[in-house]
Amino acid sequence: MPNRVRQSPDDATARPRVGLLVTCLVDLFRPAVGFAAVRLLEDAGCVVDVPAVQTCCGQPAYNGGDSGNARAIAKRTIEAFEPFDYVVAPSGSCAGMLREHYPRLFPTGAGWHGRAQALAERTHELVSFLADVLGVREVAARFEADATYHDSCSGLREMGVRGQPRRLLASVGGLTVAEMRDSDACCGFGGTFCVKYPEISTRLVDEKCAKILATGAGVLLGGDLGCLMNIAGRLARESHPVRVFHVAEVLAGTAGRGIGERGR
Amino acid sequence: MKSAAHDFPSRARAGLQNPDLVRAMARARTGFIDKRRAAVDALPEYPQLRRIAREIKEHTLQHLDYYLERFEARVREHGGHVHWASTPAEAQAIVLDVCRAAGAKRITKGKSMVGEEIALNEALEAAGFEPIETDLGEYIIQLANEPPSHIIAPAIHKTRDQIADLFHARHAQYGLHERRTEPTALVGEARTVLREKFQTADVGITGANFLVAETGSSVIVTNEGNGDLTNTLPRVHVVTAGIEKVVPTLEDMSTILRVLARNATGQEASAYTTLSSGPRRAGDLDGPGEYHVVLLDNGRSQMLGNEFHEMLRCIRCGACMNHCPVYHAVGGHAYGWVYVGPMGSVLTPLMVGLDEARDLPNACTLNGRCREVCPMEIPLSDMIRKLREREFDERLTPPRTRLGLRAWAFAARRPALYRFVTSLAMRVLGLLGRRRGRLRRLPLAGGWTGTRDLPAPAGETFMAAWAKRRVEKR
Amino acid sequence: MSIARERILASVRRSLRRAGPLPESVREVLDRRLDAPAPNLKPALDDDPVSHFVHKADAVHARISRVSTLAEVSGVVLRHIEEHGLGESIVAAPGLEGVQWSNRLAVERRAARGSDQISVTGAFAGIAETGSVMLLSGPESPTTLNFLPEDHVVVLRESRIVPHLEDAWAMLREERGSMPRTVNLICGPSKTGDVELVILEGAHGPRRLHVIVVRE
Repeated sequence: MPNRVRQSPDDATARPRVGLLVTCLVDLFRPAVGFAAVRLLEDAGCVVDVPAVQTCCGQPAYNGGDSGNARAIAKRTIEAFEPFDYVVAPSGSCAGMLREHYPRLFPTGAGWHGRAQALAERTHELVSFLADVLGVREVAARFEADATYHDSCSGLREMGVRGQPRRLLASVGGLTVAEMRDSDACCGFGGTFCVKYPEISTRLVDEKCAKILATGAGVLLGGDLGCLMNIAGRLARESHPVRVFHVAEVLAGTAGRGIGERGR
Repeated sequence: MKSAAHDFPSRARAGLQNPDLVRAMARARTGFIDKRRAAVDALPEYPQLRRIAREIKEHTLQHLDYYLERFEARVREHGGHVHWASTPAEAQAIVLDVCRAAGAKRITKGKSMVGEEIALNEALEAAGFEPIETDLGEYIIQLANEPPSHIIAPAIHKTRDQIADLFHARHAQYGLHERRTEPTALVGEARTVLREKFQTADVGITGANFLVAETGSSVIVTNEGNGDLTNTLPRVHVVTAGIEKVVPTLEDMSTILRVLARNATGQEASAYTTLSSGPRRAGDLDGPGEYHVVLLDNGRSQMLGNEFHEMLRCIRCGACMNHCPVYHAVGGHAYGWVYVGPMGSVLTPLMVGLDEARDLPNACTLNGRCREVCPMEIPLSDMIRKLREREFDERLTPPRTRLGLRAWAFAARRPALYRFVTSLAMRVLGLLGRRRGRLRRLPLAGGWTGTRDLPAPAGETFMAAWAKRRVEKR
Repeated sequence: MSIARERILASVRRSLRRAGPLPESVREVLDRRLDAPAPNLKPALDDDPVSHFVHKADAVHARISRVSTLAEVSGVVLRHIEEHGLGESIVAAPGLEGVQWSNRLAVERRAARGSDQISVTGAFAGIAETGSVMLLSGPESPTTLNFLPEDHVVVLRESRIVPHLEDAWAMLREERGSMPRTVNLICGPSKTGDVELVILEGAHGPRRLHVIVVRE
């Protein structure tokens, strides 16, 4: 199949070994995104494993100023993922935490700094990993929809995710993607920000929703579940029938029930 | 200016609910962002210029004592005076002394953020002087007795109708009785009123965008021309500037000018860039007879070399606030002090105290757009995060947040416990949300569910499902 | 020397982890940087300096007139006066030489007053990159002429148009040796965006900037 890039399909030892950082939100709220990620990675020729000791990347502690706990969680994560060729997360935000911020948690020169740095260099956001590292150019999925795409802040600014999801989505049969204005503006999620300053957060997500609605798209896609739950939750509260999916679900061809939709 | 930063939550709420502010911020969003983008894109060398501009500032900061002394020596050679002030109070006292010595009554002022920082207007008024802001935006907010809400457009929050009301009420004393709302008319009216003030002022006070060490020049960059009437017509010209404003040479200033104008207003160059070097020279037919520069520290020398060092590269262009979604939502006054938006979230805690301004670093989504556009590549998000760390270490973080973070981290460090608690919780949430696929209300989660539904979890966590899949595969 | 001065410099040095002033060897390097300033990157211009200047000045709403000789300046000023319905008295910079003024014009040579309608000044240089003119203060060129009148007419010789600001600084150092009290870089007429971000011209400085570019 043209979408599969396998270096030596018969030789399991030559295939990249990927540790999937599921991310806490995917683990708890939307396992389907995790399975979509596994499928995409395996289709692209990776051997995927999910270390059982992972919990969360530690961002809530880190961004909350609790660097002590952030460091402790980072050490666990580093240990769990060190055996892999790559660490891949279906989230720009969590991948950004490992890539950009783990090394800063430890003083330069310390052993842990070197380990964090080494892991950082092997850490990727899912879609950019598929496109930039594995060279995936297209997928075999179909998804009948007019969609628009939200650039999540960390993915865009820490991990350089912008063109990759759009290019891969262009290969999805039946799907069109229309750009919204200011697709790179924050949706107001911001981790704990959204519950610490709910009124400000609501204003931001309202502006994001208005721009989504202005495109006339029936589907919103994005690469970070935090943003997507925030936007989907607000769209639902305001009774806008826009369906929301993680980009991995559409690329893997497994998009069924949208975020916040009732089971069938 | 006295800080009201502690009052961020209620001021932010007021901003969110102010329909005029919402409209003003919508204008700002499109105006500033689109113009800046176009101006930056039109200059192919922009990325290199930005890098060089950053290097110039960094080089200067590393040798700041040297360049300040060189600047001072040059100003003296021109016959000017340089004064040093560690604190706002010292700076106020110096300016008051200069004004008293000059026998001044009326004092015109060009826009100066350091002037705001040291609360100069209040000090001058208290001492019996008549300070008059001459930048149109500053003039408007002075009439309204408000602080600036934007660094480039201080009265950005005011509508033409509000300005018309202000002028109508305050300009009757000059014989201007008609209430006019057209922007052209408003600008004309201010021009008429301020003309007379310019020509009768005894002292003119401006800020500085740069201090050039090579030549001993203070430099202002403006569009209205008010700064030039302020520094040319009165008998005495006083410059108030932070010590970080110094740059080595005219060439270095020229490089930074290219990135400043584009980032501030989307212009290739501002209408007026003016270099003042000392008092009037022999034979000059105009210009001030005295020239004073007040160099303010106010914590800057301590930021040097510490974790907030990079903030000293700031050229006050305002690009960070123009691209900040929180600033757009709440407006400048929510920040409660002189500097607003992301630069305020860093500077206010450092200058007026973290306890006073503890909300500011938290009211940020860490989206990083400010840093992306910052011409000086100041890592604002990282600094904001560092301030949160200080708050946590100094126990300024609210107890509830602290407790929540602690409890969560306790579990996150213990995978088995975490797995047990979360899968139980998700099973419950999944059941609660099964019918609708989402939850409209949830105890202790009002911050979320007050305005948003919570998409319900699937019930079974990924980790649980994955463990099953592994068993099946075997 | 003030106490604050010593306190601030000491604090700066402490922050930079130095016990005292920079060592002599470093100072010498920095002295050289200041004594022989070198341009940083100068953006490429896509056409010759004069055309570029005209194009850029026009873009910022400066009025541009191009003439062959100084003899034509008076006529341009008269047309400017007619076009805008202004009075026929002007203030010229004392140092503006070589212009034969029409006897219709009442010309005074002095600094500006608040009631002046039109000033005519020379310029030290034109900056092609931005379409700005550079004026230096001095007995021959009072600064008030650049700001008080409603209309500012600048006479600029083509030979004084340089590609970049850095070129003008080099010229200033060579021709003058030291800084005048004031250097004004002027790019278009006075403007403001302080009322609802509507850009309006004629805030506090001249409402109109007219640059007469003289070929000779």
